[in-house]
Amino acid sequence: MSILIDKNTRVIVQGFTGQIGTFHSGEMIAYGTNIVGGVTPGKGGTRHLNKPVFDTVKDAVEQTGANASIIFVPPPFAADSIMETADAGLRYCVCITDGIPAHDMIRVKRYMRRYRAEQKMILTGPNCAGTISPGKCMMGIMNGHIYMPGNVGVIGRSGTLGYEAASQMKALGIGVSTSVGIGGDPINGSSFMDHLASFEADPETKAVIMIGEIGGPQEAEGARFFKEHMKKPVLGYIAGLTAPKGRRMGHAGAIISAFGESAAEKVEILQECGVTVVPSPAEFGEAVKMVLAKL
Amino acid sequence: MDIHEYQAKEVLSDFGVEIPRGGLAYSPEQAVYRANEIGGEKWVVKAQIHSGGRGKAGGIKVCATDDEIWNAADELLGRRLITHQTGSRGRVVHRLYVEEATEIAKEYYIGFVLDRQMERVAIVASSEGGVEIEDIAVQKPETIIRMAVEPAVGMQPFQAREIAFKLGIDKSLLSQSVTTLLGCYRAFRDLDATMVEINPLVVTVNGHLIALDAKMSFDDNALFRRGNIAELRDKSQEDSREMKAADRGLNYVGLDGNIGCIINGAGLAMATMDIIKLHGGEPANFLDIGGGASPDRVAKAFNLVLSDERVQTVLVNIFAGINRCDWVAEGIVQAVSKIDMKIPLVVRLAGTNVEEGRRILKESGLPMIMADTLKEVAQRAVEAWKKHIGKR
Repeated sequence: MSILIDKNTRVIVQGFTGQIGTFHSGEMIAYGTNIVGGVTPGKGGTRHLNKPVFDTVKDAVEQTGANASIIFVPPPFAADSIMETADAGLRYCVCITDGIPAHDMIRVKRYMRRYRAEQKMILTGPNCAGTISPGKCMMGIMNGHIYMPGNVGVIGRSGTLGYEAASQMKALGIGVSTSVGIGGDPINGSSFMDHLASFEADPETKAVIMIGEIGGPQEAEGARFFKEHMKKPVLGYIAGLTAPKGRRMGHAGAIISAFGESAAEKVEILQECGVTVVPSPAEFGEAVKMVLAKL
Repeated sequence: MDIHEYQAKEVLSDFGVEIPRGGLAYSPEQAVYRANEIGGEKWVVKAQIHSGGRGKAGGIKVCATDDEIWNAADELLGRRLITHQTGSRGRVVHRLYVEEATEIAKEYYIGFVLDRQMERVAIVASSEGGVEIEDIAVQKPETIIRMAVEPAVGMQPFQAREIAFKLGIDKSLLSQSVTTLLGCYRAFRDLDATMVEINPLVVTVNGHLIALDAKMSFDDNALFRRGNIAELRDKSQEDSREMKAADRGLNYVGLDGNIGCIINGAGLAMATMDIIKLHGGEPANFLDIGGGASPDRVAKAFNLVLSDERVQTVLVNIFAGINRCDWVAEGIVQAVSKIDMKIPLVVRLAGTNVEEGRRILKESGLPMIMADTLKEVAQRAVEAWKKHIGKR
C-alpha cells in the first residue's frame, strides 16, 4: 500500500500540451505512471505524446476513467482548473503551478467544500513538487530515481528539501512509501495533518517525516494531531532558523508574520508534542534510521 | 508589495473611507504650498517610507507655521529613518505627505488580514487604537475582536455593525462605521490585498470617523491583474540587490553574514543557511535560482552574490530535480572564468545530470572545493571561509 496514489491510479494532465506539461508528462510516463490522457481546452480530439487530448476534465474522465489529475496550468488560470477538476468528480489532484493569487486559493478552498466527504477531492499543492509512491506511480516533477520503495512516509512543503531527505534515506537503504509535497503557498489544498492521518492508516508506512518551514500554522497543527491521534513515530524538521522576521523566503508562504510562525517556535511546539526533531537537514537519514531501529 | 500611507489612503478613499485632507510634497517649498492649499492652522508633515513606527523614529512632525513646515520638510527629506521594522539600514525619505491636523476624541484599530488558519479574510479590531496590534495583543488582549468573512458572499453589513457596537463607536456614527469597514473589505477583496490596516481609525472632536493612518500590502502573485496597484511600487523603498535579483528571475534576500549562497529551491536554501550557521558560519543571503535555471541565469546569480562586498566565500548547493547539474556547472564556469575569483568557492551538485556537471567543473580547471553531501558543503564552506579570513 501507499497513500493517495498507486499502480492503479489513472492520471490525466491539465496543461498537457504546454512546454512544461509536455516535458514532465514524458518523465512521468517513463517512470511508469499510467497517464491516460490530457486536457487542453480547444485541443480536444487531437493526440499528444501518443495519448488522447480533451477539451474538458469531464470529457477526459468519462472517456478514460481517470481518477487523478496533475495541473501544469499557468497561474492566472490554475485556480479555475482546480475547480474544474473537483467538479468532474476526480478524487485526487496535484497542482504544481507556482504563483496562484492567494485570493483565488481562498475561493478554491471554499468551492471544494460544496462536495460531500465521500465525493470530496483531495488537493495537494499548489506550488509543490508533487507526490510519488516509489515504484508505483509518480505525479510530480521530482526525479523518480531519488526515491526507493519502502516504509517511510514523507510530507513536505519544499520540493528540493524532500529530495534531500529521500536521497539521504536511500543512501542508508531506507525507502519511502509515499512522499507528498503540500507546497510552499500560504493557502494550500491539504496540510501536514491531513496526510499524517492517511499515513497512520496505511499499513505499509512505519514512520513519517514532516519537513516544514517558517510561516503558517500547519506544522503545529500536524504536531498536535500526532500527539492526540497517532501511534506511529513522526519526525519533524523546520527550515528557516536563520530567516529574519517579516521577510518572504522564496515561497509565498515562507514568511514569519505571526506568533508561533518562526522556526524556533515551531521546533518547540514539535518537541512539546513528542515529535522527534531532526536537528540538522544533513541528518534526515540518520534520524529516520534511529527511529526505525527502535520499532 | 507594500505601498505608502498616502497611496493607501487614496485607494481606501475611493472605497468610501473618509481621510483627512492632504497632499504630497517632494521639497520644503512644495510642503508649505500644500499646507496653504489645505488651509487651517495646524498641519502634520509625515515621512513616507514603507514602515510602521515612523512617529517614534521622528518621521512625523506637527507644525503650526510656514517656517515650521519648511524646516520639518527640510529635515526629513533625504534622511534615513530607522524604525523597529526597517532594520539597521533604515529607509530613505523621498516623499512627504502634508495633512491637516486632526483633533482626536477617540482612537481605534482595524485590520484586515489573510488568515492562514481559517483560509479566509479575517478582521481584527480593537478599541485601543494608536498603538501597534502586537502591543495591544500583549497589553489588552481582551479588547481584540476577531471575525472571519465567508468567501462565497463576502463581508456583510451585520458583521460591520457588530464590530462597530463591540468597539463602542457612538451610534450616531453607525452608518459611517459600516461604510468604512465594508469599504476596507471591498478594497481588500477587489485589489488582491494581503493586508489593510487603519491605525488609528479616529473619531474627531467634530464627530467624524477618519482614517488617520493607513497601510496596505498586496499579493505579488496577483499583480499581473492589478495594473493600477503595480504602478504604485516605489523601488527606492526596496533593497536594491533584491530588486536586481527579481529582474533576473531570482529570489534573493540579503542578510548580514559572509558566506554567499547559491541554491535551488526555497526549502533547501533555508536549510542550507541553517546548516551554515550550525557549523559556525553566517549566511550572506538567501538565493533560490528557481527551477529549470539556464547557465545564463546561474551566471547572473553568481555575479549578484559576488556583488555583495561582504561575501568572503561562495557556497553552491544544487539538488537538481527539474534543474540540470550540467547547466549549473556551465553557469558557474561562465561566471568564474570571467573574473579573478579571490575568495573560496565550494560546490555541491546532486541529482539530474550530476556526473556531467562534475565533469564540466573538473575539466574547467577553475579553483574550487567539491563536496558530495549537504553536511560536507556546509562544513567545507565554513572551514574555507575561516582559513580565508585568517590569511588576510
